[in-house]
Amino acid sequence: AAETGRYGIGKTATIEEIAGWDIDIRPDGKGLPKGKGSVLQGEEAYEAQCASCHGLFGEGEGRWPPLAGGEDSLTEDRPKKTVGSYWPYASTLWDYINRAMPFSAPQSLTPDEVYAITAYVLYLNDLVEKGFVLTQDNLASIEMPNVNNFYADDRPDTNNERCMKNCKDPRNIEVIQS
Amino acid sequence: MADSKKPETSKEYLAELTAHVPPTSRRDFLKKGVKFSTSLAAVAATSEALSDNLPPHVSSWSKSLGTGVVSTPYGVPSKFEENVIRRTVPWLTADKISSISMSPLQELKGIITPNGLVFERYHAGAPAINPAQHRLMIHGLVDNPLIFTMDDLMRFPSESVINFLECPANGGMEWRGPQMEALQFTHGMISCCEWTGVRLSTLLAEAGVQSKGKWVLAEGADGAGMSRSIPMNKALDDALIVYAQNGEKLRPEQGYPVRLFNPGWEGNTSVKWLRRLKIGDKPWHHREETSKYTDLMPDGRSRRFTYEQEANSVITSPCPENPWGQKGSYEIEGIAWSGRGKIKQVDVSIDGGVTWRPAKLKGLVLTKALTRFCLPFKWDGSPGLLQSRAIDETGYVQPTLSQLRNVRGTNSIYHKNSIHTWQLQSNGKIKNVQLK
Repeated sequence: AAETGRYGIGKTATIEEIAGWDIDIRPDGKGLPKGKGSVLQGEEAYEAQCASCHGLFGEGEGRWPPLAGGEDSLTEDRPKKTVGSYWPYASTLWDYINRAMPFSAPQSLTPDEVYAITAYVLYLNDLVEKGFVLTQDNLASIEMPNVNNFYADDRPDTNNERCMKNCKDPRNIEVIQS
Repeated sequence: MADSKKPETSKEYLAELTAHVPPTSRRDFLKKGVKFSTSLAAVAATSEALSDNLPPHVSSWSKSLGTGVVSTPYGVPSKFEENVIRRTVPWLTADKISSISMSPLQELKGIITPNGLVFERYHAGAPAINPAQHRLMIHGLVDNPLIFTMDDLMRFPSESVINFLECPANGGMEWRGPQMEALQFTHGMISCCEWTGVRLSTLLAEAGVQSKGKWVLAEGADGAGMSRSIPMNKALDDALIVYAQNGEKLRPEQGYPVRLFNPGWEGNTSVKWLRRLKIGDKPWHHREETSKYTDLMPDGRSRRFTYEQEANSVITSPCPENPWGQKGSYEIEGIAWSGRGKIKQVDVSIDGGVTWRPAKLKGLVLTKALTRFCLPFKWDGSPGLLQSRAIDETGYVQPTLSQLRNVRGTNSIYHKNSIHTWQLQSNGKIKNVQLK
């Protein structure tokens, strides 16, 4: 084993320990476990485990998040941000379902179930065909419609001046009430 | 007189607030509102019954004995302060498990938020973690993947810093117009504590980050498995692995037994119940940095990795919950903060931004911390439009709401740090308004 650091505090994490917790997935597919799931398998699993909150068609029940729809709505007055309309990467969907869903039973799904449900949610968003089978090898190649519409923080984006007197015409002040 | 006035006004602001609650959730909220006003009425009744305690009478507590030591082994506030509590707005979220509560800024003094009042934000509830069964793992692009117990973490050199913690959604309900008739709800997703822990850079040095390691994935042990990508320069700068707040161990709400803390950055990045740090060469683009915590702009594109909380301020007295009574001398008081450093100056306007006066900064002025400001004011009973404007040490001047909206529109959800306006009415009441 490599020499530990300056203080020699802590134990070397074993391969087994790391493997048990190492669940993160990246857009390039790094981290995906072996497995696969079809849209049809996903439909069954989704209806059993997801639809009561997210709706049969991903439309969202009550206050729970919609997963599908909202294409081309991002410049509208009330944008609808869903997996299909907004999310840049399919990997995020796999990663998030795997780590945090179903909401009341996180980390309860097998990799194949996560592949299947991910495939089905992609299908609900018209991003894959009904016969599609998602695997560790093809997930990174799924192109999400909104992938190129994110950019790095470019703030500060305002330039207020520290004016102290006669900063505006009081006659132009309009008060908006709640 | 002043005592009986305050509950009356508080009742009114809650009543006004419930007017905004959608019908489905209104019943629950009203129930809480009723409970809230009942307790206030009880306080008022008690004070009346005890009018004998005022001069020239000798008060009953001067003629009797109080409670003994350790009657409350862990102390709690006076029962007369039962109104000083976190509150939530039920219609904001689908349930209380993935939700937020706000700190009662209208009741707080100084710059430190008491631990029991620090705002809460959970994505899968607050887990009850046994520290003996908790581990922090560092792995990925490191020479020595390591696993630490809590005892291990406490053997490293520690540091304490006073920094604010702010949810980037603070004020987010107000993008389209004034909505919340209470300071607690317009600005209460912020708290400020003394945080104690070990520098993340110390732990990274212990593990030996490889030259390709440019990003750190921080992951929580809660059911949300909360995860964020942190650039290496922040990790090596002032990020802390924190196990204590305001002198005691972290509260469960704040990540007990250990959390990441990124000073000045949006609260979501300060991952609670921290179980894992993975070093990589690229960001992970996880749910909380793609679907959430990205800022939609008017052209349909979105900013991502908007980490810093820009300079902001608000007047905490007066405010809807703290109206003025008779004419005369008052202190206009408030808080200012900036994720980019120290507050350099706060200006106050009473005429909606036509003229401004420099306020005084009180007490400690620390980097990336709440800073108190005040301005003595003699009120002649005229209505006014009260505003505060923070300037930080980078020279950034807190923008007006119009300036922010001109650039960002009204759908970016997060990072609304604009100048806030309270309308002072001639009866001393305060309304939440916006200026066009």
